[in-house]
Order: sequence, then structure tokens, then C-alpha cells
Amino acid sequence: MSTLELKQVTKTFGATKVIHGIDLAINHGEFIVFVGPSGCGKSTLLRMIAGLEPVSTGAVEIDKAVVNDVPAAERGLAMVFQSYALYPHMSVRQNLSFGLENLKTPKPEIERRVAEAARMLRMEKLLERRPGQLSGGQRQRVAIGRAVVREPKIFLFDEPLSNLDAELRVQMRVEIGNLHQRLGNTMIYVTHDQVEAMTMADRIAVLKDGRLEQFGKPLDLYNRPANLFVAGFIGSPRMNFLSGKIAAVRNSSVDVALDAGGTVTVPCAADGALAGAPVKLGVRPEHIRLTDGKEADVKLSVTLTEQLGGESYLHGALSSDEALSVRLAGQTQVKRGDAVGLMLADPALRYLFNGETGKAFPPLA
Amino acid sequence: MSGISEQSAKPAAHPVSDAVGWAWGMLGDVLDGPFRALQKHIGANKMAYVFLLPNLLVFGLFSFWPMILNFYIAFTGGQSVILAERPFVGLGNFRELLDCPSYLDPKTCPVAGFSFWTGIWNTLFFAVVQVPIMVVVALVTAIILNRDIRGRGFWRAVYFYPVMLSPVVVAVIWDWILKRRGILNALLEDATNGWNSLITTRPFAVASVFLIGFFAGHLFLKVLPARLKPLYETQFKPLMLAAGLAVVTAVMMLQGSSFSFDWLALPDYRPVNWLIDTRSGWPMFWVIFVYTWAHLGFYMLILLAGLQAIPKDLYEAAEMDGTPKSRAFWRITLPLLMPTMIVVLVLSLIRAFQVFDEVYVLTGGGPGQATKMIIQHVYESAFIGDAKRYGIAAASSVLVAGILLILTLIQLTATRKKAGG
Amino acid sequence: MITTTDVSSFLTRRRSPHGWHWTDWLSYAYLAVGVLLVLLPIFWMFMSSIKSPRALVENDPRLLPYEQLTIPAADGSRQLGVFIWTKPDGSKADVAFVGPRGANARVYELANPSEIIEVPRTALARKDIIQPRFENYTDPTIGSTQSRTFNFLRYFWNSTFVTVVATLLTLVVNAMAAFALSKYKFRGRDAMVIVIVSTLLIPPTVILVPLFMTVSKLGMLNSLWGVIIPAIATPTGVFLLRQYMLTIPDELLEAARMDGASEWKIFWRIMLPLSLPALSVLAILSVMWRWNDFMWPLIVLTQSEVFTLQLGLSTFKGELNDNMHYLLAMTVLTLLPVTLVFVFLQKHITTGIANTGLK
Repeated sequence: MSTLELKQVTKTFGATKVIHGIDLAINHGEFIVFVGPSGCGKSTLLRMIAGLEPVSTGAVEIDKAVVNDVPAAERGLAMVFQSYALYPHMSVRQNLSFGLENLKTPKPEIERRVAEAARMLRMEKLLERRPGQLSGGQRQRVAIGRAVVREPKIFLFDEPLSNLDAELRVQMRVEIGNLHQRLGNTMIYVTHDQVEAMTMADRIAVLKDGRLEQFGKPLDLYNRPANLFVAGFIGSPRMNFLSGKIAAVRNSSVDVALDAGGTVTVPCAADGALAGAPVKLGVRPEHIRLTDGKEADVKLSVTLTEQLGGESYLHGALSSDEALSVRLAGQTQVKRGDAVGLMLADPALRYLFNGETGKAFPPLA
Repeated sequence: MSGISEQSAKPAAHPVSDAVGWAWGMLGDVLDGPFRALQKHIGANKMAYVFLLPNLLVFGLFSFWPMILNFYIAFTGGQSVILAERPFVGLGNFRELLDCPSYLDPKTCPVAGFSFWTGIWNTLFFAVVQVPIMVVVALVTAIILNRDIRGRGFWRAVYFYPVMLSPVVVAVIWDWILKRRGILNALLEDATNGWNSLITTRPFAVASVFLIGFFAGHLFLKVLPARLKPLYETQFKPLMLAAGLAVVTAVMMLQGSSFSFDWLALPDYRPVNWLIDTRSGWPMFWVIFVYTWAHLGFYMLILLAGLQAIPKDLYEAAEMDGTPKSRAFWRITLPLLMPTMIVVLVLSLIRAFQVFDEVYVLTGGGPGQATKMIIQHVYESAFIGDAKRYGIAAASSVLVAGILLILTLIQLTATRKKAGG
Repeated sequence: MITTTDVSSFLTRRRSPHGWHWTDWLSYAYLAVGVLLVLLPIFWMFMSSIKSPRALVENDPRLLPYEQLTIPAADGSRQLGVFIWTKPDGSKADVAFVGPRGANARVYELANPSEIIEVPRTALARKDIIQPRFENYTDPTIGSTQSRTFNFLRYFWNSTFVTVVATLLTLVVNAMAAFALSKYKFRGRDAMVIVIVSTLLIPPTVILVPLFMTVSKLGMLNSLWGVIIPAIATPTGVFLLRQYMLTIPDELLEAARMDGASEWKIFWRIMLPLSLPALSVLAILSVMWRWNDFMWPLIVLTQSEVFTLQLGLSTFKGELNDNMHYLLAMTVLTLLPVTLVFVFLQKHITTGIANTGLK
């Protein structure tokens, strides 16, 4: 059993604070993804867990023991680096066995583990090559293999797929997923790509500016984003945000008067908000439907249509000059310059955020 | 990725490199024990100090400490190497060095001052003459090698080769060449004798007449009125004039006439004592020559690297603009090479100021004091003869260090400019 | 390496399809003269190093080791020089020179040793043969110890010891410092870099006296260690290695740290192998410095049993002018190792030095 717990962890470089007190508890066997835009501190957080970066304040606990002062070498973790960091002067076999030799693992044991990892990652034929003689995908597998042979308590991945082309990335995503299935270890995976996060994670930690924005299962993040940032970050294409004001507060819903005209009802708890307060209405492009006639909530002047065959996107502006995107199933006749009426999603799929704090209005219980 | 095309690449393993790698690993493992224990004790980050320690010890003991000590010794007298036994003499040493009615005439100085100022003036002369000559020759060579020259690697290597030789070897070779009964004198003597006997032979006379005729014919063509030119050119070519004259000469010689070219004869060659001749500038000339011979390749290499660092597309752009080659040289090559030039200039100046090895072995500073350089003065004051005047040597060093410091600071500024620009 | 294709392409290929420009001729002529100036003295010395002492004293400018043929006298007491006698009728015969008589010489024909005849000296010409004297090389090296005026093997060993040990220590000590200064963050690091680089400002030539006193105090006078130790921490080396190590990605070190390697092991197994290009440049420089070093050994080493080759050679040159044949041969042996290194590593050396700008 290996669990990881972060308690009020902060990190300061010189005078700048880059991690502002993060609390996180990770269970054994979980696949956790740290996601966020570049500069959000996700890599720093991972390196602090690894022991490559000292913790400024707070505590990192592995299996209930504080490891703040335990050197990286002794934490029993393994890491896959963004650049793979394979030792260029060693063969693949030496790359894999270097760590085990440092731990004074007996020779036969080293050989057994290297052979097993090589088989698992299908690189038996590459063992005598140098990293310079491998393709990008092969290097990636060696880097993972180097972590696997260590049989670590926790695997750490630092944007491991960012140097691969799109096709390989999808393939490696599946392989890492399979690896997790098979080994059952705890894995922490850092990426800036929300698709990777959504597809791989058991739970996702969304970070921004050194703060934890939300931590939860992928679909929870999609269905119940805690704030504007998470709502905008998770989901592709991005959620549309429309400005408006609270027109009326009811028992189980709020009426919002949009700047773009029209009033929509959002079922949620008002959370103490009063009429007239500024809000943002969030609607995902895939939840918007075309309509004509009176039931249209807003009107969109289309500036661009993208036809992908199986689906289509409309991009345009509302009367308030706010940009808005719509995803339609199948193909469409709408052209640039057309004005179309839109129905802004089922009420249950509308999200309302505080215009000042960005926090989501809590859904009805 | 390049690896895909290298599927057939040889495996990394190799018996020799394996053995070396194994030995390397073993040695590392043996040393790892104590270092690992130390690391456990002080933490990984403090290991930086452990890695620095040996270097700092040696630096401190053999660079910094002596530098400080040098100032102290400069103010002490006596002949002892033990500091405590050296009496403090204040500015005495400096007075001995600097107390001259005229620095330009070292003979007016005290003994130590005479030696010091002789060294300074000789070194100054050496540096001022040697550095420009060497830099210019190095630059010319580098520019030629930067042309589209076949076998550039070969030429570059040959020019660089003397740099690898030790000063002693260089001095021995040139001493052997420049001895009174040396190769150079033998060659010059042979050449003189050869020439003097050549000019008495008939073929030489015929050939000379032919050549004279040829050039005279050309000259004639130049001064001829334009109207007569076509006639002359078609009927009366310079070559024919020359050939005719030569034939006439040959015939006349066969008939018994004697043409004498004795006036071309050189006086009999008298061997020169290149390195010992006190009345000529030859010793200094050869010191400069040999030193340049030995070090030219280094500066040539630096300048060549500087030239090759100039992007080729600049020249292509200039060519597209219709810039003449010579203009491209003055307006592109030289300005872009300037930082390297400055580094080369200052570096060679600093080195020239510290010249010792080659000159000491070649001439020993002689004849008399004619090639005695400043470092030789320091060396001899401290380590030669019965009176070991460490104080004088140290005081001289302080003065020389001052000069070198100024030169070095100029170099550092120049280097920084180069790095920045 | 100087390849044959280099040479042949130089000889056959032209600069441009338009043929030779006059500047091409000038360039090649200039280069050729320069190459002659560089190589001729060395080549000539090399050729002369197998000449007999007499040929050297006579200053025979011929390249090959000519010397006069001699035969033992009939009584075996001495060697007689052989001459070619041009007889009055124009025919020639080899004669042995017995002695002078006035303007004539007393000789006998080799074909007829019993009859001594008198011939005018002007009719005699020396009979020279090519006779390489390899004993110029063997006498001072493997000849009997008593006859040895130049203890080559001892000097060679001393030079080799100094060069190898100093170079190994230079590499390790400077690489350790460079590692610390490039891959660790600690207080005073930048100051340390400045301090070390600033020792470039202290040329060894201006601290001769205090350095001598320090070395003497440490009891290292007349010891090879007195030459080795002060030389091993070179600011040049630290600077060069540090610049190179800065380019090695930190992630490699972190990967090794995650792999449980100690800091020493990271240095030994990761940093050193990866710094090989810079290390080899420094190694070549160090070998050159130490092998050719003259002034500092001259000060520290005063007893001939600890002389390096350079010291031995310069002393030998000063003492024995009539032993030119040994001096030349020993000079050739002294420059041979450096020359061999240069021939094999020429490209590496020239590019390495051009890139670092250090000597």
C-alpha cells in the first residue's frame, strides 16, 4: 500500500511564491493527473513529491511518513522525464539496470527485472542499443521501462508524451493505461493537455497559479466544474461564457438577463446572490442547438463554419459582441454571414458563475 | 527521429570499451563508499563543497597565497627562503630597480636596475616588433586558408605543428641552424658559390640575353608610336627579338667572343655568427623570427576560426548586391573579425611580454644583454648565481604583474565585447 | 588525419570551372613557402640526426648521411680514408690515403695494397658512402651506462611521469570543481567562479619567487611532485569544463538521483563520461603543457636525476657542443611523442583549440 498526502505544501523561489499551500490525498493504486496551463506549478509540485525540489513549508507524506528531508534517491519513487533523460552513453540495458545497481540489487534479480520490463514494453531487441539509436517512441518506452524495473511505490510522469507526434501520443496513452492496469501502482501524471487528463485519470487535480482549483473524477469536473477556470479548461472545444445579470432569484433557480439579450433560467441555488449581481452563464458548445423562431434565446452572426464531416462547428458573435461557438452533429448548411437563432442548452446543462469570484453557483441538491 | 533509419546500427557493446567501462565503473564504486558516507552525513547539496575542495586547496596554496606573499617578499631583503629570516627593507628593492637618472639608459641605474631596465626595454622592443608582424602574417595565412583552398586541413595542421613543439626543442633546432658552422651559413655559402659559377657558363649568358631581349622587346612595344604598332606586332614580336638576340649571342660565343657577366658576381660569402654577432641586430632578429615561427600557428588557428564563424550568407547577400570582393573584405570580413583580432592582439602581447623559454635556451639573453628579457631578469635575480636576490625578483614581478594586469584587463573587456556582440 | 584524398584532391582539383585565377597561384605559392619554412628545419634536423659527428662538424649540407669510406690500415692500427683517384689518362681507381708528402699524397690502390704510390692531391676526391649512424640514438638510450652522457631513459621517464600524473589529476580535480560550479546551487557559487577565473590574471611567471618558497617549504624541491601539484588546478581547465557541463541537461542528473545514485556516482558515471569532448581537449592541452614545460621545472628541479626531458636537453645543449650528433638525436626523440600525438589527433587538436581559444 502506498499513499501520498500533501499537507499545506508551499514553494518559494527567492521572493516569488509558486505553490500556495496545496492539500491533496492520493490513495493507493490511483492514477492521478495534475493538469493546468504552463506555469501553474504542476511540474514543481511533482518535483517536490519526487524530492528533486525541497519543500518550502508544509509536508509531503508517503505512507503516512513525512519525507520532506528524505533525499530523492531514498523515497522509493521513479520518474519519467519530459526529455526522457536517458543516459546517452549507456545502452538501453545499462539505462535500465543503473538504478538497480545503485540499490545493490543482486545481479540475477536485475537481469530478471530488466528482461521482464523489456518484454512488457516490447523492447527486447533494443537492449544493446544506445538512446541515440532509438526513435522517439522507443526512447519513451525505455524511459518508462527504467521506472518499471525499479518497482517503485509511486510512478511520477512529467509531461512524458509532449515530445511525441499525435498518433504516437494516442498509442502511448493506451500503453501507459495498460501498464497501470497491470501493475496497479499509484501513478502521478503531469500534463497540460486536458484530453490526456480526461482519458487517463482516475482523478484530476486542476492547478492554476500554484493553487488547486478542483480535485475530482474527470466527469465530475466536466459536469460540475467548481469555477470558471475549471469549466473553461476541461472540455473541448471550450465552454462559452456569456455575461449577464441576475434578473430574479427563485426557490430552485435563477433568472439571468444576458447582455446579448434574452433571459434564461438556470436551475441552481442562489447562494445568497441578489438580483442585479453580475454573473457569467456557461454553456458548452455541444449543448447548444439551432432553432428558428421565437424559442431562440440569442442570435448568432456566423463568422466561420468548420465542417469536419461527422460534426460541424459554428463560430460567431452575439449582439453583445461576445464570441460563441456551437458544435453540431453531422453537416450543416449554415454559411458565413448567416444569422442563426440559438437555444442555449437544456436548463440542467447550464452553468452559472459568480461574475466577481468566478465560483460556480452550487447545483441543487 | 534519426533512430528509425539506424535500425541496422551496430550495438553499443565493444570488447575494449566494455573493459574500459568496467574498470571505470569499478574505480567509481571503490571511491563511492567514502563519498556516499560523507554525503549521508552532510547532505547532497553540501557535496558541492567537497567537489570544490581539492581545487580550492591547490588554487589557494599555489596561486593566491604566492600572490600575497609576492608583495611581502618585495619588501624584504637577504638571501633566505625562510620568510622569518628575511629582513624588512621597505622600499629598498624598488629603489634599486627604479632609482635611475634615466630609464632610457639602463647603464645609469644600480646593478639590479640595469638588469631590470635592460629586460624591460628588450621585452618592449621584442613585443612591439614581434606582435604586429606575427598577427599580420597569421591574418594573411588565415585569410588564404579561408579561401576555397584544397587540402585546408593539411595546411592548417602543418602551420600549427610548431605550436606543439617544446620551446627547448625549437631553440635547439634553430640554434643548430644558426650556428656559425650551421646549416644556414652552409646553404648561403653554397648558394653564393653556385651563383658565382653559374654566371660564367655559356647557357646562362644565352638565357640572360634572351630574357633581356624579351623584356626589352616588350618595353619597346610600350614606347612605340601607335601608328607603327600593328607592323611591329605582326612582323617583329618581342619573342622574336629575344630569340634573335640569343641566337646571335650563341653564335658569337661559338666564334670565340666572350660575354662576361662577372659584374653579377656576389662577393665571397663570409659566414655570419647569427646568434653571437654583437655588432648587428641579427640576434634579436632571430629571436623574433624563431618565436614567431613557433607561435604563429596558434594565432592563425584562432583567426581562421573567427573567419569561418562569419556566416556565408553575408557574402552571398553582398554578391547579390553586386559588392566587389575587395569591398566585401573591408566592409564585412574585417569588421566581423575585429573582436577576434583584438583578442589575438592582446593575448599575443601578454605572451610576448612573458617570453622566456625560447630566448633563454636559444641565446641565454646574449650576446651580452642584447636579448635579455624581463622574465629572464626575474629568473636570474632569484635563482642564478651565488647571491639569490629574491627580494629584487619579487619587486620586479610586482612591476611586471602591473603591466600584465593592464593588458589582461584590456583582453577581458575585449572578450566580453566579443561574447556580447 | 592528413588523408591521401586531401593531398591528391589538392593536386588535381581546381578551385573553379573557370580555371586558375592568379590569386590561386599566389595563395598556393605562399602556403608552399610557409610549409617549407615550417617543415624543412625539422626534416633537416631529423635527417641530420643520423649523421656522423664528423659530417656534422664539417657542416655537410647534403640531406643524406654521407661520410667518407674508411678501411683499416694493413697493421690494423688506424683507419685510412678512401679516395677516388683520377689517373692522368682519365680512368679512376679507389685508393687508400696513407699520408701526405708535400703537395702530393701517398696512397695505395685498393686493388694493389702492397704498392704505395705518390699522386697529386688535386687528383683525389673523397669517396663518400651513405652511412646512417643509429648509434646516435642507441648510445644515450640503451648504450652502456658509463658511456652515457645523456640519461635519456631517466629523463623520459620523469617527463612521462609528470605528464601522465599531472594530466590525470588535472582532469579529475578540475572536473570536480567544474561539476560543483555548474550543477549545484550554493551560497557564494558565482563569487567562486569569478575568483577562479580571475586567477587567469596571475600568470605563473610573476609569482615565481613566492611559489618557489611555498614549494620549498613543502619539501617538494627536486621532486617531481613539485612540478605536478602546483599545475593541477588550472583556471583554464575549470572554465572550459564548466562551460561544457552547463550544456548537459539537469534532467539527466535528476534521473540519476531518482535512480538512487550518490552525488559522487553521478559525477563519476554520468558527468565525466558525458563531458568526454571537453575532457579530451583539456587532456591534450595538459599533455602539451606538461611535456613542454620548461621554466617551472628549471626552477624546482636542479638535480639531474629528476630532470625532465626539456631540462636534460637544454642542459645538454649548454654543455656539450661537440656532441651535436647526440643532441640532434635526442631532440628528435623529444619531439617524437608530441608529433605522433599530433599526427593522430590533428583534427581533434586544431578544432578543440580553435573552439576554446586556449593554449
